[in-house]
Amino acid sequence: MSTDTAAVTHTEHEHPSDAKYVQIAILLAALTAAEVSTYFVDIGPILIPALLVMMVVKFFYVAAWFMHLKFDSILFRRFFVAGLILATVVYCIALTAFEFWSKG
Amino acid sequence: MSEPVAELTSGGGAALPLGVYSRPKGGGGWRDWVTTVDHKKIGILYGGAALFFFGIGGFEALLIRLQLATPNGTVVGADLYNQLYTMHGVTMVFLVIMPLAAAFANYLLPLQIGARDVAFPRLNAMSFWLFLAGGLFLNFSWLVGDAPDGGWFAYAPNTGVTFSPGHGMDFYAIGLQIAGIASLVSAMNLIVTVLNMRAPGMTLFKMPVFTWMILVVQFLLLFAIPVITVALFLLLFDRNFGANFFNPEMGADPLLWQHLFWIFGHPEVYVLILPSFGIVSEVIPTFSRKPLFGYEFMVFSGIAIGFMGWGVWAHHMFVSGIGPISIGAFTLSTMFIAVPTGVKILNWLATMWGGKIRLTASMLFATGVVSMFTIGGLSGVTHAVSPADTQQTDTYYIVAHFHYVIFGGALLGFFSGFYFWWPKVFGHRLGETLGKWNFWLMIVGFNMTFGPMHILGLNGMSRRIDTYSPGFGFEFWNLFATVGAFVIAFGVLCFAMNVILSARRARGLPPEPPDPWDARSLEWFTPNPTPVHNFDEIVEVSSLDEFWHRKWTTDENGRVVRRATAAEVCQTGDADDVHLPSPSYWPVVVAAGLPLVGFGLLYNLWICVPGTILVLIGVYAWVFEPPDDPDGPFGGGHGDEGHGDEGHGETEESASDESAPQEEAASVE
Amino acid sequence: MSEAIVTEAGEPARGDHDHGDHGTLTGISNNKLLMWVFLGSECLLFGGLISAYLINRSRFHTGPAPGDIFDIPFTSVSSFVLLMSSLTMVLALSALQRGDIRNNRIWLLTTALLGSLFIGGQVYEFTSFLREGLGYTTSPFSSAFFTLTGFHGIHVSVGIVMLMSLAISSYRGTLTQKNSETVEIVGLYWHFVDVVWIFIFTVIYLVPSPTS
Ligand code: HEM
Ligand SMILES: [Cu+2]
Repeated sequence: MSTDTAAVTHTEHEHPSDAKYVQIAILLAALTAAEVSTYFVDIGPILIPALLVMMVVKFFYVAAWFMHLKFDSILFRRFFVAGLILATVVYCIALTAFEFWSKG
Repeated sequence: MSEPVAELTSGGGAALPLGVYSRPKGGGGWRDWVTTVDHKKIGILYGGAALFFFGIGGFEALLIRLQLATPNGTVVGADLYNQLYTMHGVTMVFLVIMPLAAAFANYLLPLQIGARDVAFPRLNAMSFWLFLAGGLFLNFSWLVGDAPDGGWFAYAPNTGVTFSPGHGMDFYAIGLQIAGIASLVSAMNLIVTVLNMRAPGMTLFKMPVFTWMILVVQFLLLFAIPVITVALFLLLFDRNFGANFFNPEMGADPLLWQHLFWIFGHPEVYVLILPSFGIVSEVIPTFSRKPLFGYEFMVFSGIAIGFMGWGVWAHHMFVSGIGPISIGAFTLSTMFIAVPTGVKILNWLATMWGGKIRLTASMLFATGVVSMFTIGGLSGVTHAVSPADTQQTDTYYIVAHFHYVIFGGALLGFFSGFYFWWPKVFGHRLGETLGKWNFWLMIVGFNMTFGPMHILGLNGMSRRIDTYSPGFGFEFWNLFATVGAFVIAFGVLCFAMNVILSARRARGLPPEPPDPWDARSLEWFTPNPTPVHNFDEIVEVSSLDEFWHRKWTTDENGRVVRRATAAEVCQTGDADDVHLPSPSYWPVVVAAGLPLVGFGLLYNLWICVPGTILVLIGVYAWVFEPPDDPDGPFGGGHGDEGHGDEGHGETEESASDESAPQEEAASVE
Repeated sequence: MSEAIVTEAGEPARGDHDHGDHGTLTGISNNKLLMWVFLGSECLLFGGLISAYLINRSRFHTGPAPGDIFDIPFTSVSSFVLLMSSLTMVLALSALQRGDIRNNRIWLLTTALLGSLFIGGQVYEFTSFLREGLGYTTSPFSSAFFTLTGFHGIHVSVGIVMLMSLAISSYRGTLTQKNSETVEIVGLYWHFVDVVWIFIFTVIYLVPSPTS
């Protein structure tokens, strides 16, 4: 997750403006629309990668902006990312052991 | 439960809104214990409850050994035998070793980081009561004659209603679920405590190794408990609501249980062992009069174990049909994890090397850990080799392995801790003579019991059989092991006698003077026993082993010379202006509700109703409870701060604000 | 920079009084840290349930198949509703941080309403599945599906209760700018439940499921 924005010190609440939040919501809505459209339009073999990418982007925006991970203490990000990565890795290994990827 | 409720309404003169009660005012005796939020009392409660369950688990073990002492044993039948070994395992893992770790962690961790309490004292109390509720719920199954009988790892589909028609496995699933919530809440609490409440100057790398190991354990619990939570829910739903997660008849794959259980289960074994590693890392330097060799290595190997522990779980499933690639990968990862473990052992040896060793009972137990754990670790590596494990798995060889690591590694470590910290907690030492009897009987009995199991296992005696026929060469070593088990029992008896006799001896005498062992970490700044407010003044930390460095220094020739006596360095414990969090009724009320919900699921859904109501009342009153008791024994100036936590409710995730003792620390300075 | 505070921890952020977490070593509030720690743990909980679903999604021979029974357009609408509730949640927080109690209350109630709509949608979905012959005990797929989405639904419901309690205390005048952190923490929980659904919606519903 990016740390580019000038780090806001933890003592003040320089949270984004409401307009910014609305913008992000619009983006999220647009992505959702794109996701759903794949149900009606056949986009071939890129379907699953495209869906996953859009999902990750949505996930990222909610976590970074609405949950303030982008601005808040890096400690929070660490906890959350640790949980996410651990869950992803461990359960993907488990799914591999079930031959999920080949047999579904 | 109704008792405190009745008393509430009278409390707190000022008119409070409906449902808001003032906090308990103490009252002395058992009420202090039931409503306490003091981490030290909670630690003692954990320890007492764990030792109680240790008695039960030990009794079960002796019955098992009696049954196996001779071929065709008739002490218990097959059915009861299944219940005995299952409950023995479950009790020892979840109700003895884990709460013993919690006892030491609760008592010592805030002291070692120089804090006045944990970050969330009421949640802490709730964790204890939940653990107790879970443990009692599990053992209640004995009273209805229907204890869990599917083994501590409860493999599906053996645990489904078809093969386990009684309520035993439901007791298992619900009891562990409740105890699991306790562990999870306490893990979150301690993590926040370590991160946020250290004394000024105490950086992470100035924390004692014990605190470090407890921190690693809390992370393991934080991420492992939800996995067993899922597994237990699925089991419960399968058994009670007809779900099909583990039902092969409907096309399900019961291996799911094994994966979920061991994804939790292997991190869990490190949850069992790391606290003991932490204790040993405090005890050995003190009694060798040397700093711990390679502190950073100790810490990093602990962290490494914490990470790698997640990638080895399928070594428990080498013969479950997981396929050659999985077997190969998990063989490798399991072998690697022995490396950081070995690092620790070498560091302890190097710490003792050339030190001025004092063989107190505590130190004896610590050396017991180092030697016995080494044996268990080595046998672990032998079944990391999957082809060899095919021969060993499900035999007594495995039983030998995990007893060497859990009894020899974890339990002996806790005994070492008992002897070391007893004066800090109770103000008097345990007797050394009985302590040494305690040690030698336990270590000899232990090796007599579990050493021969290596041989029995490799000779083909399988685990979990209720008896065996004569003529396979199993007779001698089984009898020998049973004798050993009783030797252990005598060792434990010595400990119990030691506790009673030394308390009696200490009666009327002044408490143990500060620093009985020439120790090294912050908890010894406080007098014995620790006063309720811990520190008169929060210690400013400038180095690892701060306490030791205040007593000793090196002269220009590099020799260690005394700079101050312990009495000069220690605090007197008579500060009376420290503000502490007030006790609360609600943690125990919330905890009492859950087992009722459990009984409801088992017998009659209507019983869930009072249980749920109890939980809701508890949570509601908890949230609206005034933050502090201004008239409490330490009611110094801390005004009632705005309490806007309404709305936190329902579950543990929404714990409400607790006073941060650190905050008061600032006002003392 | 906050990183330095955490790892060095040499300078405890004392005197940081306007933030409500004066006295903690990292300068981070205990409550907020607790919530984040909890959310880290929740990842493993939902991960387990999702994995249990994934390995069972093709085990449906005793009943309807996921690919045949899912109603994507309907679920899309309810997913959209939940997504937008994240926006209203963050607006509620931002209002309170400005001291705008009225708007805070409005957005809190809107969020709770959107959450309830989502739950209503789930109830509708479950009942229509039941009518089509997909009960909880029908197949491993059905058990796993209802368990996963049911757990998520319970999380949403808990969130609604918390939001309503916040709204009530706002009406009683006890929810003010000073305790905006409480709203923030409830918000974290709410957004987490939303991101879990973002995952579920894609992986369980949109990625094509097996058909019979
Ligand atoms: C040096 C590190 C270790 C290695 C390489 C290791 C390896 C193994 C392996 C491969 C097994 C599976 C054997 C089988 O069932 O066929 C096993 C079982 C077991 N290990 Fe370890 N282990 C190690 C340390 C520990 C520690 C520290 C503990 C606990 C404190 C522990 C507790 C257990 C338990 C309880 C079992 C048996 C579980 C059961 O089947 O009921 N191990 N170990
Ligand atoms: Cu293991």
